[in-house]
Amino acid sequence: MALKVLVGCKRVIDYAVKIRIKPDKLGVVTEGVKHSMNPFDEIAVEEAVRLKERKLAKEIIVVTCGPPQAAETIRTALAMGADRGIHVEIPLDQMDTFQPLHVSKVLAKLAEKEKVDIVMLGKLAIDDDSNQTAQMTASLLDWPQGVFASKIDKTDAGLEIIREVDGGLETIRTTLPAVLSADLRLNEPRYATLPNIMKAKKKKVVKMTPADLGVDMAPRIQIVSVEDPPVREAGQTVADVDDLVAKLKEKGFSSA
Amino acid sequence: MFSTPTKLSGLVNTLRFARNQSTLVLVEHNNEKINPVTLNAITAARALGGEVNCLVAGTSCGDVAKEVSSVEGISKVLVAEDAAFEGFMPEKLTPILMASQNQFKFTHIIAGASAFSRGLLPRVAAQLDVSPISDIIGIKDKDTFVRTIYAGNAIMTLKSMDPVKIVTVRTTAFEPATVGGGSAALEAAPAAAGDTADVSQWVGQELSKSERPDLGSAKVVVSGGRGMKTGDNFSMLYDLADKLGAGVGASRAAVDAGMVPNDMQIGQTGKIIAPELYIAVGISGAIQHLAGMKDSKVIVAVNKDPEAPIFQVSDFGLVADLFKAVPEITEKI
Repeated sequence: MALKVLVGCKRVIDYAVKIRIKPDKLGVVTEGVKHSMNPFDEIAVEEAVRLKERKLAKEIIVVTCGPPQAAETIRTALAMGADRGIHVEIPLDQMDTFQPLHVSKVLAKLAEKEKVDIVMLGKLAIDDDSNQTAQMTASLLDWPQGVFASKIDKTDAGLEIIREVDGGLETIRTTLPAVLSADLRLNEPRYATLPNIMKAKKKKVVKMTPADLGVDMAPRIQIVSVEDPPVREAGQTVADVDDLVAKLKEKGFSSA
Repeated sequence: MFSTPTKLSGLVNTLRFARNQSTLVLVEHNNEKINPVTLNAITAARALGGEVNCLVAGTSCGDVAKEVSSVEGISKVLVAEDAAFEGFMPEKLTPILMASQNQFKFTHIIAGASAFSRGLLPRVAAQLDVSPISDIIGIKDKDTFVRTIYAGNAIMTLKSMDPVKIVTVRTTAFEPATVGGGSAALEAAPAAAGDTADVSQWVGQELSKSERPDLGSAKVVVSGGRGMKTGDNFSMLYDLADKLGAGVGASRAAVDAGMVPNDMQIGQTGKIIAPELYIAVGISGAIQHLAGMKDSKVIVAVNKDPEAPIFQVSDFGLVADLFKAVPEITEKI
């Protein structure tokens, strides 16, 4: 039973960039800043591509909700091995209040429309750190979820998933269709090779808006402020272990 | 204005609160004891004002329900005991939460941020068509919350316009409520509507067993990174930790390399902790790691690279070979 997979990906500020707060203190500076595919989504795309290479999946559709620039993110996913793309366009000035709730409604609509068997997402986006979209998408579809996955295997009845939880690892089984989210150690994503980047240019990308899917974009939050975190005062270098131990004892730390 | 006797105006104010605000705290537990994260969530719930209720759902709730009812400031404890809740699967727990919400119409549903609550509460939020708010570090008022974004490099204050707020609470930001002194009533939770299809099944878990203090509540944490080179070398950190009565954590690099299990990971997507003392050994200090520990009271870094970013946040930095320095610290502390 070859599966149809819908993979979600998000364009975010690159993980290595030092972010700056906007002067109006209502957001973070994004103009002229390096952006990339959310690292967890790279892992999600990679897992989908591996399912196809193992002949467990037959088609990978990549979807992104984002401004016009998010087209690059789709191209990256296509170059990694996805078959076609859907770009749900969100105006740049609405991105700040475009929440996982809205994204999950888009994904749920697309999952039904495209009749997919698996919706695969990254566990969280490194900008808003929400960790909600996969769970909400599963809930809207009334599908089981396998979130924070570090291993995914196909079984006769569906999927067996090993998840990273607070105390260690947990194993669950779900039927299909299901929504999954990729955790850090699920796989190591490939770099798109030049021939695949060229091939990706010919793959089809369809554009649409949330309204086309009947999804209401009305914001649910109002951003009151975005500020720098408290600055830690600079510390000191200690000369050697004796110096360190003395300083720690001064602060009240010693053997239990 | 008219004057009312103090007792009556107190009652009027209580009624005003009761009508406006009622919070449900989702209790995390293992069918034996409360998970400490719930105690931080109860403090946050009390800070909101209004009534605080708790939900205990599991396969064997008696002991936990009793413990919860003894926490001060709880109005009632809803108990849902069912063999179907084995493994605390979110697909099975969502309907129970929905039944309680439909009956009691809480204004807020809160839990301590953890793998459990992150898996479950967003499912509930989607059913209620509200936007959940993850990992708050502060409450400004009943609608306005503070949380970090960009791995803790920015702090956002946001106002929720939804009628029900579903919130997870970063435990390091709220004191744990004390157990004892309270006597809340126990009540059976309303039954879930309909039958949940068997779409998911809990198979088992592999939890790390350790005598050491739990990372989330340890006063001292010793943590190792890529510089440790192998999992065996972590034994020198365990020795230091034993002497300090500390918990032991790790950076993502150490976990990825297979040196230690995933539940030791400290960072943006691992555990976020704020102990009294954090000793980072052989950890370079990537942004994503700092997100997990930069609120520690005192930070010590041991690294042979003087340019390592960790030295920018450490209070005491020792540029040295950790393989010599750590045993020496253990000996002398």
